[in-house]
Amino acid sequence: MSTIASLEKLTLQVRRDILRMVHSVNSGHPGGSLGCAELFVVLYNRILDLSNVFDMDGKNEDLFFLSNGHISPVFYSVLARKGYFPIDELNTFRKLNSRLQGHPTTHEKLPGVRIASGSLGQGISVAIGSALSKKLNNDHNLIYVLVGDGELQEGQNWEAIMFASANNIDNLILCVDLNGKQIDGSTSEVLPMGNLKIKFEAFGWKVIEVENGNNLESIIKNFNYAKKETKKKSPICLLIKTEMGNGVDFMMNTHEWHGVAPNDEQLKIALSQNPETLGDY
Amino acid sequence: MKKFNYTELKDTRSGFGDGLTELGRKNKNIVALCADLTGSLKMNQFKKENPNRFFQVGIAEANMMGIAAGLTIGGKIPFTGTFANFSTGRVYDQIRQSIAYSGKNVKICASHAGLTLGEDGATHQILEDIGLMKMLPGMTVINTCDYNQTKIATIAIAEHQGPVYLRFGRPKVPNFTSPDHKFKIGKGIILNEGKDVTIVATGHLVWESILAGEKLKNFGISSEIINIHTIKPIDEEIILKSINKTRCIVTAEEHNFLGGLGESISRILTKNDPVPQEFIATNDTFGESGSPSKLMDKYGLNSNAIVNAVEKVLSRK
Repeated sequence: MSTIASLEKLTLQVRRDILRMVHSVNSGHPGGSLGCAELFVVLYNRILDLSNVFDMDGKNEDLFFLSNGHISPVFYSVLARKGYFPIDELNTFRKLNSRLQGHPTTHEKLPGVRIASGSLGQGISVAIGSALSKKLNNDHNLIYVLVGDGELQEGQNWEAIMFASANNIDNLILCVDLNGKQIDGSTSEVLPMGNLKIKFEAFGWKVIEVENGNNLESIIKNFNYAKKETKKKSPICLLIKTEMGNGVDFMMNTHEWHGVAPNDEQLKIALSQNPETLGDY
Repeated sequence: MKKFNYTELKDTRSGFGDGLTELGRKNKNIVALCADLTGSLKMNQFKKENPNRFFQVGIAEANMMGIAAGLTIGGKIPFTGTFANFSTGRVYDQIRQSIAYSGKNVKICASHAGLTLGEDGATHQILEDIGLMKMLPGMTVINTCDYNQTKIATIAIAEHQGPVYLRFGRPKVPNFTSPDHKFKIGKGIILNEGKDVTIVATGHLVWESILAGEKLKNFGISSEIINIHTIKPIDEEIILKSINKTRCIVTAEEHNFLGGLGESISRILTKNDPVPQEFIATNDTFGESGSPSKLMDKYGLNSNAIVNAVEKVLSRK
């Protein structure tokens, strides 16, 4: 099992990957990607029960779905560093003929990706479908899905949230990236969503609040708790507070870096705050 | 000229329901989803026989499409059931991203297509769905003509790997195809050979084309009638072979002429062998309330309209 020290090293390297990827094509979404670095590092290295070889059907392993596909940089970096595809391929992000599209897709057959996402609000439905498939197959592994908090403004989510509890989808762990920000500003400015905990509970979900979603130990502890709460008739929702742009001082506490790439000078400063640990791609 | 008879009027949606029931018995990976229209889609028997493989999603079609996409991961073959309007326009983005672009093996089964939905009116009578679905890369689009063909098609699409849109209707119509006729996705069926004009029809208009053919015969006009059940991929060969002989064509469908079967045929003609074409289709309009037969008469989707179109196209030869 990976130690906290090794996960810390990996997180630093993932942040560097994210920054360098979006900088090299002057496009992409660094803010949410940086905010979820710890979450992805923990999921793929401490929580998910994964097969050694990627297979679309993913039988007898845990599956992860990314609904807010725009944070593809963190997904790609963590997948590559887990060995799903060559780390050098990060260099092709958003370029012509790449498997690393701006938003993740199965179309180019990139290992680790099981659904296209980007148009928001569709991931929970897909995760429910694969959770049902697991039940039909007597497969006891779990389904994980990540959505952004702003993404919950899409109505399809609430169809899915209603369905999951009504149908006892209890092999599903939904992670909400609660960074409180979206493109146009804070979620409370754009469209306040009220008390999400109460809303999820009213829809029949078991809710676990994660106060520090950028703390490795806190995420591990809460995921392990969530796992123990599965198979008890209710779907599980983790409301995970994260800081958009985490790890780069000038990208934090603002929504401005949601979908903007750093320039050369900004990249230099950002990288100096996140020293190389496992080797750049 | 071959004579077509039928012994009963039967709805195409029952062909879907019976085909699905048969599939459920022989393939345990078949699952079905419905958005609160189980009776309308004739999915009751499948539900009764396979309660664990039937998912009632409620009035939530977007969620249904997403769940169907997810069910394929793990090897299930999901069949979704709702009206054509709610199977396409309402959930276009869900189909586009989670099913078509993701290459998922989902069978989107759509009843109550077109004007023959009848009295519910234009909000429910989609005439744009063939266009919407044929535009999606990788999507197979099928529009069946009667009960038997719908049943056979339902069974056939389970064997096809990839997303499929299967379109059928509400009313009882002549059940004239053989219950064991050869159905191959992408292959048209010549119902009658002829030399003066080619009539290519899909869905409910196939029977009207047969009726038109009989009327035309009385005027001494020999028509070649082709049942095109698969609009995408379309059978170019059968069309080109036929027009090589007849040198003119009429296309007939219960759909807007924009985006429908007729346009797909026009493209084949323009690229390969331009000949005059007339369109039996709705003319860029919404429908309205009325009985199915009165609607088809008003919007010019019947055998008389086909006969008139044939006379027109013959004059353009």
